[in-house]
Amino acid sequence: MTMTKGTSAKPPSPTAPSPAARRSHVPADGTSGAAAVEAARKEMLHEARPRNRTRIGADVVCEALLRQGADVFFSYPGGVILPLYDVLGDYPELRHILVRHEQGGAHAADGYARVTGRVGVCMGTSGPGATNLVTGIGTALLDSVPIVAITGNVPSALIGKDAFQEIDINGITLPMTKHNYLVRDADDLPRVIAEAFHIARTGRPGPVHIDITKDALQQETTAEHPTDEEVVAGLPGFRPNLDANGRQLKLAAQELKNAKRPMILAGHGVLHAEAWDDLVAFAEKTQIPVAHTLLGVGVIDETHPLSYGYMGMHGWKHVNRAIQSADLLFAIGMRFDDRVTGNVRTYAPYARIVHVDIDPAEIGKNVAVEVPIVGDAGRVLRALTPMVDAVDPETRAEYFNELAAWRKESEGGSWHGSGAWREGVLSADYVVSRIGELTDHKATYVADVGQNQMWLARYTGFRDPNSHVSSGGLGTMGFSVPAAMGAALGRPDRETWAITGDGGFQMTFQELMTLVQDRIPVKIALFDNKKLGMIRQWQEIIYAGNYHSAHLLGPDYLKLAEAFGIPAFKATKPDEVDDAIRAAQAVDGPTLIWFEIAEEQNVFPMMPAGKGLSDLIEKWDGADE
Amino acid sequence: MSGDPNSNGRVPGGTGTGASPSAQSGAAPGIIPQHATHAAPPPRALPGGGELRRHTLIAIVLDKPGVLNRVSSLMRARNFNIDSLAVSRTDQPDVSRMTITLHGDDVAVEQAAKQLYRLIDVLKVQDVTSESTIGQELALVKIRATEATRGEVLKLVELSKGRVLDVADESIVAEVTGPESDVDNFVALVRGYGIKELVRTGAVVMARGSASIEEAVKR
Repeated sequence: MTMTKGTSAKPPSPTAPSPAARRSHVPADGTSGAAAVEAARKEMLHEARPRNRTRIGADVVCEALLRQGADVFFSYPGGVILPLYDVLGDYPELRHILVRHEQGGAHAADGYARVTGRVGVCMGTSGPGATNLVTGIGTALLDSVPIVAITGNVPSALIGKDAFQEIDINGITLPMTKHNYLVRDADDLPRVIAEAFHIARTGRPGPVHIDITKDALQQETTAEHPTDEEVVAGLPGFRPNLDANGRQLKLAAQELKNAKRPMILAGHGVLHAEAWDDLVAFAEKTQIPVAHTLLGVGVIDETHPLSYGYMGMHGWKHVNRAIQSADLLFAIGMRFDDRVTGNVRTYAPYARIVHVDIDPAEIGKNVAVEVPIVGDAGRVLRALTPMVDAVDPETRAEYFNELAAWRKESEGGSWHGSGAWREGVLSADYVVSRIGELTDHKATYVADVGQNQMWLARYTGFRDPNSHVSSGGLGTMGFSVPAAMGAALGRPDRETWAITGDGGFQMTFQELMTLVQDRIPVKIALFDNKKLGMIRQWQEIIYAGNYHSAHLLGPDYLKLAEAFGIPAFKATKPDEVDDAIRAAQAVDGPTLIWFEIAEEQNVFPMMPAGKGLSDLIEKWDGADE
Repeated sequence: MSGDPNSNGRVPGGTGTGASPSAQSGAAPGIIPQHATHAAPPPRALPGGGELRRHTLIAIVLDKPGVLNRVSSLMRARNFNIDSLAVSRTDQPDVSRMTITLHGDDVAVEQAAKQLYRLIDVLKVQDVTSESTIGQELALVKIRATEATRGEVLKLVELSKGRVLDVADESIVAEVTGPESDVDNFVALVRGYGIKELVRTGAVVMARGSASIEEAVKR
């Protein structure tokens, strides 16, 4: 067939049926394809069907989730995923959380995965349900979080017909997932779901999306679930390298031996590999201080003598200073993101770099390195530690003294350390440090995005791995409350605190009702500066104080919480903070504290985008009030 | 704020034992060149700042729905510019082979190959640019050829070891096969007569010798 643009329509051919003859509105009527389309259309219109308890595709989904150990998932029903809801009642072991928006479901699965190390699961229907999941899937991709997102799609015969609530979600998630599937046949479901979980959690973790047509969910099937070996055998193109090359390890050991001013840069990969103990053992044996990325918060207890702190754009000055003067960076499970390096040309100018990552594509992507090592952070550390000589801390005395002096200067000179905040005004860093203190540093702390995220990472005082949840890569505002929902369900043994600004909170606070309905005990610390704080900070410093859209109106949050049936407290002065936190801790169930913080506090130091780690801004004239 | 990387961080220990990263690369550990205490180090080398040249990647992929979309989508998203991409089946029923040519420096193309490896359906990627290879391309050219010029055009086709596949009143269709540069030359040669249509397959490339990229992934 030739399709031509711009030519005028031809007159009807003489063989076309005369208008008098009865016309069918079905394209290609009489063919089997057309019959299938019609049948599917009727099926869509007549949802009600007798309950059929033979095993159908929807059963396979539930069975597979249970086999994978997913005890909870976050979902929202809709037309084409209703077959699944039709059988859900038969699987009481599967806890279904009815979210109020699919984005909340995806973030909740993400938060669950980050604190448990297991795969989080979210679901939605076709069309808008699926597109609402997309922000959450992107968040998981950029932070390498293992989630499986399942969506329904229109019956396979209707695909491509622009059916009701049809969108090419497979095409949308293709570049933002580790892998994705479109399933049209229930017989494929056991294999696909098993593969999806395997891919999501193996190697560098990441999100996997499965799109299932409605007819596949309804189709009877006897297909059996594959064994783990069958899953691996069926994925010949997916064989992540977990063990490092021995020659590279020897080179790394040699670099470590030569280094006089080494620094370990630890990231999220160490948490993924559950290698926090291995990291500490390695650092202690080699006597190398550990700096961490934003997502690496928790890799080492911050009170450990070798923990040096948080690096990067809003990291500690002493940490960035140490990186800039280091002669060796041992980077593990981190990817030299631009928020970490700033201008690469001036980054760590004296340092040779050993870069350990499970994803070969991360090595040499942003920064040229001297010793690349591909492997799982835990396995690399366990293999490398016996190969290096134990270092006597005395031999590093000069180095350590200098680091200690820098640290003292940097921490003491910060707003937080100096306590220079104007008297009587509530500063965010103070609130965050009190939350850390009063929870004994043992809670899960979930950040939103912006100033609150930086204050949390800097001043809480983290002790435990996987106790800090933050959207680092995608920087998704509105992440905190829904992610905390998943985190609280994943780790019910810990208190869960959602730290959020008034901007991010207003993006996703519909999930408050989910917290109430499912009695999920999230404690929300709302930092209300009546601003989009980080926007305001950038506009002040980089855009010459041109505050467009930085001011943000908000509701009366006490009334808002009351409307949801959530006990809420308010603090506007430093001496009210502890009482408010203790009152929230006493609540059994979700609760909210409204902290009316200073309106124009900045996060310092700050590295302006495009500048280097040595170009930190630490003060701004008139900015700090 | 200055661009001086030392404005916050001092030279390590004040002893000036820092070394330029560019001078270090390749140098054996321990032979670190000395630096003057006050000298700023040269800028760190960026990955991918090298000389641009044409690269050829061969990718062996599983013949799954959407695999071509995955490959092309990845190249677009990662900011690599594909010159040509040829896909076909191989002798293994569920395996396809892609020949991708692209411009970039060695590091950027290595990065492209590593990114391709991340795709679950990709079995093997090889940069054959510096290997001894055979690269062939096929082109069909519809050339304007009137009675007056037909003879000349036919002669050119013959001399270029092409074949004439169709002759019409005003034109002929010629097929030329060969390395990309031969096809370029032929197209340039007949351009003066008027090219009405041109279609090229893009290069398909195979390494010389007995080694086989496909056997490496045989299951």
